[in-house]
Amino acid sequence: MNGESAVKLTKPVTGRSPESSAAEKPKVGWNYRNNTYFLLKILLSVSGFIGAIIINVVFPQKAEIDIKTYTLSAFGYNLDLTMNEAYIFIVAVLILIYAGAGVRAFFDRTRRKLYSKNAAFRFAIGIALALWDIGGTKLQTFPQPFFPGPAQVIEAYLADGDYIVQNTLYSLRLYAAGFSSGVLLGVGTGILIGWFPKVYYWVYPVLKITGVVPAVAWMPFALTLLPNSFTAAVFLIVICAWFQIAFLTAQGIQSTPKQSYEAARILGGNQLNLIFHVAIPHAMPDIFTGITSANAMAFTTLVMSEMLGQPGGLGYYINQSKVWSAYYKVLAAIVIMAVLFSLINYLIGLIQKRTLRWQKGVVKK
Amino acid sequence: MSSSIGIKSVDRIYTDAEGAKVEALHDVDLDIKAGEFISIIGPSGCGKTTLLRLIAGLDKAQSGELSIDDEPIKDVDPERGYVFQQGSLFPWLTVEDNIAYGLKARKVYKKNKANIGKYISMVGLEGFERSYPHQISGGMAQRVAIARALINEPKALLLDEPMGALDSFTRADLQDKLLELWKDNATTMILVTHDIDEAIYLSDRIVIMTPRPGKISKIIDVDLPRPRHRGGVEFLAMRKHILEFFQLAQALPQPEYSI
Repeated sequence: MNGESAVKLTKPVTGRSPESSAAEKPKVGWNYRNNTYFLLKILLSVSGFIGAIIINVVFPQKAEIDIKTYTLSAFGYNLDLTMNEAYIFIVAVLILIYAGAGVRAFFDRTRRKLYSKNAAFRFAIGIALALWDIGGTKLQTFPQPFFPGPAQVIEAYLADGDYIVQNTLYSLRLYAAGFSSGVLLGVGTGILIGWFPKVYYWVYPVLKITGVVPAVAWMPFALTLLPNSFTAAVFLIVICAWFQIAFLTAQGIQSTPKQSYEAARILGGNQLNLIFHVAIPHAMPDIFTGITSANAMAFTTLVMSEMLGQPGGLGYYINQSKVWSAYYKVLAAIVIMAVLFSLINYLIGLIQKRTLRWQKGVVKK
Repeated sequence: MSSSIGIKSVDRIYTDAEGAKVEALHDVDLDIKAGEFISIIGPSGCGKTTLLRLIAGLDKAQSGELSIDDEPIKDVDPERGYVFQQGSLFPWLTVEDNIAYGLKARKVYKKNKANIGKYISMVGLEGFERSYPHQISGGMAQRVAIARALINEPKALLLDEPMGALDSFTRADLQDKLLELWKDNATTMILVTHDIDEAIYLSDRIVIMTPRPGKISKIIDVDLPRPRHRGGVEFLAMRKHILEFFQLAQALPQPEYSI
């Protein structure tokens, strides 16, 4: 917080930062351009995590947890780790990453600003980890077994690593198959509805009415009528993406200004040209709005269908772990989902940015 | 390189939402010579844009004949270029790709690729090839629109108030550009405008239209030598003449000098 409020200070404020070097170097204010200031920001970034490690090492373990040792093998080396060591190891890796990023930013003015801005938040993450460690593992003041500490969540990866990877890949495969076909069908139908009045007349009302039904409502039919549970889940994701995207694509096509078509026709464009080089590019922003909102629904549909009738997947893993009250595994799967789905969102965002770079506000001069 | 255009007793009637008939054009006759620069002026609703759209083939007349080089006009044709008032560029294409659109649409892109640079420099947009329409000014966008129409090498260029949305400095600049392009490309030019000065400055003949019903009321030959001087005596006399026609010149009971 003080990172932002300290920017633009021309003379040091008494009592605010008495040992500030700004007094000696009047040219550089007490902000991210100042080397000492920036080094303090790096320190702030990592000190939370260092605190988390210190807490973990010195805080007496009150709760009884049996400590198992797991052997990790990679590149011919065997590494014996307890869950607690794994936790310390991961926090240490975070410290290295943030310290490394800090050093890199030190020599890069544009990175410095962002790094300084986020320092307080990184500190808070470290403190939160420490508190979680105390409440979940050390004292177990949080209700157990529902809220295990960070070390136990990491234990899930140590104990169940391969199995989690398998389930993650299963989810990913399901999502990729379902969502990509949903996008293709959605964009295709949307173009037909938007372009041909006849298709609009017959298909649009159907789409409008069936579109409001949550995809999982069709699950009983999907599970009985389709050959296997995988295709059933794909089907559910397809319809949840399909209707939403078709709806918005049609809207985008129909809102193309008449003048754009006229301009294209006069320049020599035929019908195909008008569809592919005028209507579809014009509908692109709407298509992406459809894809982003359908994506969120696809995640829901994916996890729900996995929980209700799949032989694998992260949803299935959560359900299975719940039966054994292994809530630390549930949390582990949730962490994976958070990371995975954010990554997918990020990728879609990248494609969107690239495709819509012609839009005002997207491109910076 | 240029075409003559014939318009014979053309009627265009619109039916509005209440079912009432509006006569946008009534018995319009006009012969445009090849290579001529013609301006159509008149107040809003006089049917000047309707007439231009009929010539372009974007609209159909109820009765009468429209022809280009004695061939009847049936549909749009790249040989009749059209520049819209504003905002007709494709926002998803760069300046360069907007100009190349006609070449690609007519599948002659490979053969004429080299022309793109020529037309970009012709309208003075070097350095903006990779810019998107929202990144350039209104005057530049209209120059792109003109280049985009010219790259198809039209025999007639139809301009629908292409400078209507521009400030007067940009407008004067673009008018000179337009004259230059007209000389270099030897195209028949038909300009719809509501700016009397613009019409006098640019055209060989000025067609004056009046509304309700939209019809041609007067055709004025502008036989002033080029380049024309906007403040010249003859220029101002012609301006006064046109203003008088619209009964605007008399409406000055008090001199407007107030200190």
